Amino acid sequence: MQKHESVTTIPPVEVHDLTVSYQNKPVLWDIDFTLPGASLTAVVGPNGAGKSTLIKAIMGLVEPVSGYSLIYGKPLEQMRKKIAYVPQRESVDWNFPINVFDVVLMGRYAHLKLFRRPGKGDREIAEDALRKVGMLEYRNRQIAQLSGGQQQRVFLARALAQQAEIYFMDEPFAGVDASTEEHILKLLRELRATGKTVIVVHHDLQTVSDYFDQVMLLNLRLVAFGDMKTTFTAENLQKAYGGRLNILSQVIELSRKAEFVREEGHE
Amino acid sequence: MALFEFWILLTACLAAATCALTGSFLVLRKQAMLGDAISHAILPGIAIAFLLTASRNTFPMLIGAGAFGLLTVYATEKLQEKGRLKSDSSMGVIFTTLFAIGVIIVTAFASQVDLDQECILYGEIAYVPWDIWFFNGINMGPRPVWILGFVCAINLAFVVSCYKELKIYAFDRQLAVSLGLPVIFIHYGLMSSVLFSTIASFESVGAILVVALIVVPPATAYMLTQKLSLMLAGSVIIGVVSAISGYYLAVATNSSIAGAIAVMTGIFFFLAVFLSPSEGVLIRKWRARAGEKEPGETPESLKTGSLSV
Repeated sequence: MQKHESVTTIPPVEVHDLTVSYQNKPVLWDIDFTLPGASLTAVVGPNGAGKSTLIKAIMGLVEPVSGYSLIYGKPLEQMRKKIAYVPQRESVDWNFPINVFDVVLMGRYAHLKLFRRPGKGDREIAEDALRKVGMLEYRNRQIAQLSGGQQQRVFLARALAQQAEIYFMDEPFAGVDASTEEHILKLLRELRATGKTVIVVHHDLQTVSDYFDQVMLLNLRLVAFGDMKTTFTAENLQKAYGGRLNILSQVIELSRKAEFVREEGHE
Repeated sequence: MALFEFWILLTACLAAATCALTGSFLVLRKQAMLGDAISHAILPGIAIAFLLTASRNTFPMLIGAGAFGLLTVYATEKLQEKGRLKSDSSMGVIFTTLFAIGVIIVTAFASQVDLDQECILYGEIAYVPWDIWFFNGINMGPRPVWILGFVCAINLAFVVSCYKELKIYAFDRQLAVSLGLPVIFIHYGLMSSVLFSTIASFESVGAILVVALIVVPPATAYMLTQKLSLMLAGSVIIGVVSAISGYYLAVATNSSIAGAIAVMTGIFFFLAVFLSPSEGVLIRKWRARAGEKEPGETPESLKTGSLSV
């Protein structure tokens, strides 16, 4: 039935037979999937499973050994404006001489012609993006003076300013404060509600099922991909995390029980 | 001011401005030592051009130097991609090897080559006023001034026309790629700009001063401002002021002009470290004693201030 649907509507992201290697060591092996539109997908897997590499390969930031990906059925080069990327916070130098607003304005550059400067409309879009992440009052602040969570929100605002259809985010929840986590979560849901497709590399197994509706379990190969309820199972986690899972599944079990106990205690 | 003084000062100022423009982006991309690598690695190119043409003709020397400069950039990148070496090590391997080859050529053919280590290291800016370019028999002024002026104008045009592309490339290369900006063009544009700035300045001011002019004025400006456009303008101004004050220091102490200019860039840098209005050592001490922090400034930003550059 689902297949029937995907024939009529073009999927936002398709990846076929994707293999990536660094110095002859494979980091991703024969990945094949099709993402549904208007969805929140978590990419989960142990360290070194190739989660960031998968995103970078789809974005064209790493060259795959074989395979290809399509954005709305077309090659990436024609669809750059449709995708936005939120890299890991550590990927840039936060001592760079630039302020918050200028970083967000960079999100508009895909829409500008070569040698052109951002106009009034672009500035309004950037301001709007900053407002959405609750950072408008920091617009003139130097980026060196931001906390980790604020830096993450600036990156999110920059991606919002791109006005894309598909958002790739690499560990946006890593090491952020509670308020930022709330902001990001709210934003993810808004994006889904407006029909955007969001793919997030996520490290926290305890929150995966609360935050996302699709999950992709990755460990060099694609272990499982699908709806949270049917895919985020102990069996699949076992496959993805191997020997380490015993502890992990216990952690999950414990955290679920702990929530239960807490709820019961309140009553 | 005597005319010869004017020409020396103009050459030094043009070299300073040229190197500062391109050096700012190298400093921001943490590739400052690329200038060092190029200024040394072009030696075999210059020596070979010298041997083949048996003259101090600028054009063959530019081609030889340019070829070896490109080889340095390319080989460094490839070594980093294919091997497991980090950029600093691969750069170190490439440029020392090439420089050493150049030294062997120069010393082995020393009898035929009117090129010595001193001129390579310190340049010969004092002789600039007598290196005249004759065009159709007309005295056009010193040749290095024309070459440096030309490269400086190209650098300025490059930075002004590609300002936003350079900014995003320097800050976040991945974003630049994902936005579909012409990153390859910007990258090789910047590398060529470094290359030609180095070669053009090298002849007049020598290998050491080229590195000083590429790295130190931008690093000083970086200490003083947190806005890219001001950093670019500031590094040019600091470079030019260093060049002028360095010249008079050399005259006063009867010493090497190139050396004195390099010393002045160093002095301005340490002044900036102490006196910078935002990050300076003095202002921090004063703030710490007054027990006040800039409103909203996080302790983290104080810890990771630009002093760690």
